Amino acid sequence: MDFTEEQIQRYSRHILLQDVGVEGQEKINNGKVLIVGAGGLGAPIALYLAAAGVGTIGIIDGDVVDLSNLQRQVIHFTPDVNKPKVISAKEKINLINPDVKVVTYQKLLTAENALDIINDYDFVVDGTDNFPVKFLINDACMIAKKPFSHGGILRFDGQTLTYVPGSACYRCLFHSPPPPNAVPTCSQAGVLGAIAGMLGTIQAAEVLKYLTGVGDLLTNRLLTFNAKTMEFRTVHTKHNDNCPVCGSHPTVTGLVDYEQAVCDIESHRKQK
Amino acid sequence: MSKISVNGKAQEVESSISIAELIKLNNVAQPSMVSIQLNGQFVNRDDFDSTTVSDGDELDFLYFMGGGSL
Repeated sequence: MDFTEEQIQRYSRHILLQDVGVEGQEKINNGKVLIVGAGGLGAPIALYLAAAGVGTIGIIDGDVVDLSNLQRQVIHFTPDVNKPKVISAKEKINLINPDVKVVTYQKLLTAENALDIINDYDFVVDGTDNFPVKFLINDACMIAKKPFSHGGILRFDGQTLTYVPGSACYRCLFHSPPPPNAVPTCSQAGVLGAIAGMLGTIQAAEVLKYLTGVGDLLTNRLLTFNAKTMEFRTVHTKHNDNCPVCGSHPTVTGLVDYEQAVCDIESHRKQK
Repeated sequence: MSKISVNGKAQEVESSISIAELIKLNNVAQPSMVSIQLNGQFVNRDDFDSTTVSDGDELDFLYFMGGGSL
């Protein structure tokens, strides 16, 4: 790829980095990344990957922008309320960086469509709000042998890990989805808005590290933080032989749409 | 008494306490939302009652965290 003068200027702070350089920037520009969820985590992930010049960004989300999203989902603006999130996100990405090709999927990731969609990408980023899709991403990436970044936030806490084929997967740590009634809904639990940015930008950095091959990924490690104490902790993990998907006796061999307690603020309002 | 560590913090507990009891002792509100690593090995949920901790053990309590999109 031959960079134009404008691109050299745009990406100069990456190109100046000894570990990245022109070669690394080319890898970023050739990268194809799927972001699942254009919400709290997906917003900062999409903004930074767009700014970095990731060649193709796929975004999948079936929701429209709600006023209650704007407290943390920084890719969506007030006039975007009621607009499909993928469209709102695509508009901002195009404004940030016309180099980026955006592919939108205005739907949910399901057991039926997951493999078809994921197969077109080099890396998958989990920015979802629910366990059924988190497990689906994990299992689909195992089957498709795709690397992915897991991210979760709740209240003042965040956690993330990166998977590449062979490393500990999400199920190695968390065997199967928690019972639906055990999951606190977002309207019950809440989340400090800036946490989404803290975690999402860590995930975006992992994507850029993966694409450029720079540094050590967050594999076989779970990074957790609590914003109240601002303490970060890295828990070292390893491949779990009892893992239901990548252990020695796998019980999960296909994709499943798990039932979920939907984190739905509208239904919570109606209950009141 | 046994000196153990939970998520990097020192704790002193009665000898031969089970993981299930340790979860209660640490006021985990929803035991179904925690995954436990004992000295770097994951413990099956079914074994929480029968697995005991001993002096010097290092435990990690890892919690399900689901938010992000909505």
